[in-house]
Amino acid sequence: MLNGLTLLLTYQLLGELLARLLGLPLPGPVVGLVLLFASLVALGRVPEGLRSAANGLLRYLALLFVPAGVGIMVHYTRLEADAGAIGAALVVSTALALAVTAAAFQRASAGRRRRVAEQEHPHGE
Amino acid sequence: MGSELQDIWAFLAESPLLGLTATLVAFSAGQWLWRRLGRSPLVHPVLLAIALLIAFLAATGTDYETYFEGAQFVHFLLGPATVALAVPLFDQLPRIREQLLPIAAAVVLGSVSAALSAVLIGAALGASRETLLSLAPKSVTSPIAMGITERLGGLPSLTAGLVLITGALGCLLAPLVFRLLRIRDEAAQGLALGLTAHGFGTAQAFGIGPLAGAFAGLGLGLAGLVTALLAPLLAPLLGG
Repeated sequence: MLNGLTLLLTYQLLGELLARLLGLPLPGPVVGLVLLFASLVALGRVPEGLRSAANGLLRYLALLFVPAGVGIMVHYTRLEADAGAIGAALVVSTALALAVTAAAFQRASAGRRRRVAEQEHPHGE
Repeated sequence: MGSELQDIWAFLAESPLLGLTATLVAFSAGQWLWRRLGRSPLVHPVLLAIALLIAFLAATGTDYETYFEGAQFVHFLLGPATVALAVPLFDQLPRIREQLLPIAAAVVLGSVSAALSAVLIGAALGASRETLLSLAPKSVTSPIAMGITERLGGLPSLTAGLVLITGALGCLLAPLVFRLLRIRDEAAQGLALGLTAHGFGTAQAFGIGPLAGAFAGLGLGLAGLVTALLAPLLAPLLGG
């Protein structure tokens, strides 16, 4: 668990360093995520300590949102001024993103399954 | 007696202990209240916790900076938690390889439509530039979304709130959208939930089934990456 947490913090630190050194448009922790993912692919498995640290953090992911979420109180006047625009933007774009993602995946994956089936049964069964 | 209490309060209000404890208590209270409300999809336990905390801070006249002195210890863990997303992503590697093209197509199209439609609708209805920049990453999980907003020059704490509202909205709208479009593929439902409603959607997808949950985790992670890469292209469109 402690080793796992140390590993996560080390990768975050590496991510921050790399993002700043190379001027990447990505936040440091995202670069750390990519580095860790690449390391796991190279290693071929997840070390036990890392898994328990990751599970522990991700189980309480919702809690970690709370302090930043309370920060919305600072933006009360802005929210009031832009309330209509923000509300409409959130509802429409959320519904649209759900529809586009699900429909695109379902169509592409159905098309792919058809092609695989045709290759396996070229005489059209 | 009254002044003694005031002294104690003055001490507590300045100490990080209060903000930290209040955050954990409000989180538990939010969960409890949500269960008492019959696990209603109309409210989310995290939104309840935030509402309770805002009410508490307003009632005691505590400002956000003072509260954050303590709450930052919880907030800090968002960084390592983002890195930790590599673990569930790695667990899904065989499925990712199998469905690489459908996943890539859906994630790119979905992420672009989430960010672009939010910014365009906001702009059409006259939202300010900072609001628009803070809206762009609203579908992405908050540690990544706040990082993106910071890079764009928006307001990270506004984004955090918008991300949470989007998560709750996504959970509410998903069953309707899936029924309307006849989306029955569990993987498609999961991917869409994770991409649109990040951690909230992923939790809901695990309720549909383990395949949906796995694809939701994938959607959450990839949406974060794609949006982080593409969002900087949006900012110049809004006139820097």
